[in-house]
Amino acid sequence: MPHVKPSLPAAPGGPGLHRFAWLTAGVTLGLIGLGGLVTSHGVGMAVPDWPTTYGYNMFFFPISQWVGGIFYEHTHRLLASGVGLLTTILALWLWGTKARKLLRWGGVAFLVGAASRPWWLPHDAHQTGASLGIVGAVALAASFVWPRREPSARHLRWMGVAAFFGVVLQGVLGGLRVVLFRDGIGVFHAALAQLFLVLVTLIAVFTGRWWAGLIREQSSRGRGAAAGLRLGLPALTGLIFCQLVVAATMRHQHAGLAIPDFPLAYHQIWPALDPASVATYNANRIETVAVNPITAGQIVLQLVHRLLAVLIFTGIAWVAGSTWRQLTWRHPLTRGAAVWLGLVLLQVGLGAWTIWSNKAADIATAHVVVGALCLVTGALLTALAFRVLIPGRVSLPATVARTNRGAPAGAPQVNLTH
Amino acid sequence: MKMYSRFFVVPALIAGLQAASAGDITGKVTLNGNPPPDQVNDLIKADPNCGPLHKDVVKIQFYVVDANKGLKDTIITLKGVAGKSTGEAAPAVVLDQTGCIYTPTILALQTGQKLVVKNPDPVMHTVHPAPNPDSGNKEVNKSQMPNGPDISFTFANPERFLKIKCDVHPWMLSWVTVVDNPYFAITGADGSFKIANVPPGKYTIEATHRKASGGKPVTKEIEVTAAGATADFSLDGPKAQ
Repeated sequence: MPHVKPSLPAAPGGPGLHRFAWLTAGVTLGLIGLGGLVTSHGVGMAVPDWPTTYGYNMFFFPISQWVGGIFYEHTHRLLASGVGLLTTILALWLWGTKARKLLRWGGVAFLVGAASRPWWLPHDAHQTGASLGIVGAVALAASFVWPRREPSARHLRWMGVAAFFGVVLQGVLGGLRVVLFRDGIGVFHAALAQLFLVLVTLIAVFTGRWWAGLIREQSSRGRGAAAGLRLGLPALTGLIFCQLVVAATMRHQHAGLAIPDFPLAYHQIWPALDPASVATYNANRIETVAVNPITAGQIVLQLVHRLLAVLIFTGIAWVAGSTWRQLTWRHPLTRGAAVWLGLVLLQVGLGAWTIWSNKAADIATAHVVVGALCLVTGALLTALAFRVLIPGRVSLPATVARTNRGAPAGAPQVNLTH
Repeated sequence: MKMYSRFFVVPALIAGLQAASAGDITGKVTLNGNPPPDQVNDLIKADPNCGPLHKDVVKIQFYVVDANKGLKDTIITLKGVAGKSTGEAAPAVVLDQTGCIYTPTILALQTGQKLVVKNPDPVMHTVHPAPNPDSGNKEVNKSQMPNGPDISFTFANPERFLKIKCDVHPWMLSWVTVVDNPYFAITGADGSFKIANVPPGKYTIEATHRKASGGKPVTKEIEVTAAGATADFSLDGPKAQ
């Protein structure tokens, strides 16, 4: 029961686009890790201004000043700019030859902006003017050599647009978090980062030959698995996203470990939460860095995080078992579910280690990164389930025909290989 | 003219009489129980810029207790004080940054009183007062260059243990208690304190340590006369969880 054609069709948009999308996704995962390091070290406010950095245009901030917490926060901002650039190029690439006009006029607009000496940034007008000028000149030059390739499929083009606006919004949220002193914005910033990673990863997968070569599964065994997996996978992925939002809330409350032990909580299954007990917990805390006092609500939040982890682990174990029983080992869903189970096991271990290490920055950051990978894997498996598993009522020829209709112009047609 | 004189003379007389009958509140705060061992600050030693500024091991002290259990750094305040803050006229309180450590770590000042932060370090810091959001005090975050000019802050509302931190060096912490009257003290190395020239009357006196007794104020009722008043406190050390 193969699910991928032996001879794969060409990647829609070419292998360059596909590889570039993966590069963007990889750098985005690195950026999430760096963001995790920023919060793990408690240095999110080490650069107190935005969009400038200590009054400098951020690209001109002297390397000699990248000390202490500034190093993490500043490199996070620089890498975020890199992701912004990669995402912009990716979005333009998806629009193919249609992007030429946008590049040309965008380049002109940037050059005009540079010539006007940006008045809204009085401290770094020359540096910002130079930055805008360089971007404008590069965009204008690129518009003349931009490849005349056909735009990608409509849904891919609009995913690119969503990624572009997502990365812009993400940058603005990060900046507002700093200048408005609002932890709530930090939570939103962290959650949006996860969704952005999912979006860019999906673009990377959808532009690949492997995805284009997938055909829908219509075996009797696959039919049995279809209904449960098409329901369970998105539900579990949504649950992981909720878990990541809970985790982001815990991190951005800057209260350190609300519960310092694991698997118990203050040596009990359910700790005392009355004000006197919470006061005792706070009095006994040994804070070496700036953390806020813990509250009963924060303790409950960490307990919810633990319970959600149990639910997610159980759910993923069910998915892995279900695919193993009902599909073959060669089926991409079975393999993907096994990877997912491995990731969530690793994540549980890292969560425990985060507590046992008193929230060591590198361990806590690894926990953030693997959490993001769990979400991405869930999203990919969901997309895969909807791509290859169909309920029995849909006939295969019709499905294949529909798949072929949705393929970009010029792309090879998907054929039955059974 | 007569009325005009009386307008100034009578309040001055009342103030003079009050000062004459004002008394000092003295006392001592001791710790009931044993303090936990001091925490070694590994972060500062690992920092390439701040680490070399220290030859010895740097420790974080949550409880500073002398041989007689006298507890340093306890804030003593009065409730029910009629007087208002004289912070604007009071001399500035200084917070120093030496070797990437705030000195002192426990401070108290009045609303409107200036807090001057100095940076004699060869290292850049940020000075980030992060008040409780419910206090109404303003959160700001300012950078201070090595040996840079002083930075001043004032706080409009009372608050216990308002956190001041450096985001470049996250172990740097200082805690400022803001009071809306001039009658407060911080216990010294032996746990003793003195609040001078308190107007006569009955008060609730509070002793608050950042850690001892769960960080909650321990209170007593006292009456201040011209002879003064005494209030001793015993605060609890860490309890088993």
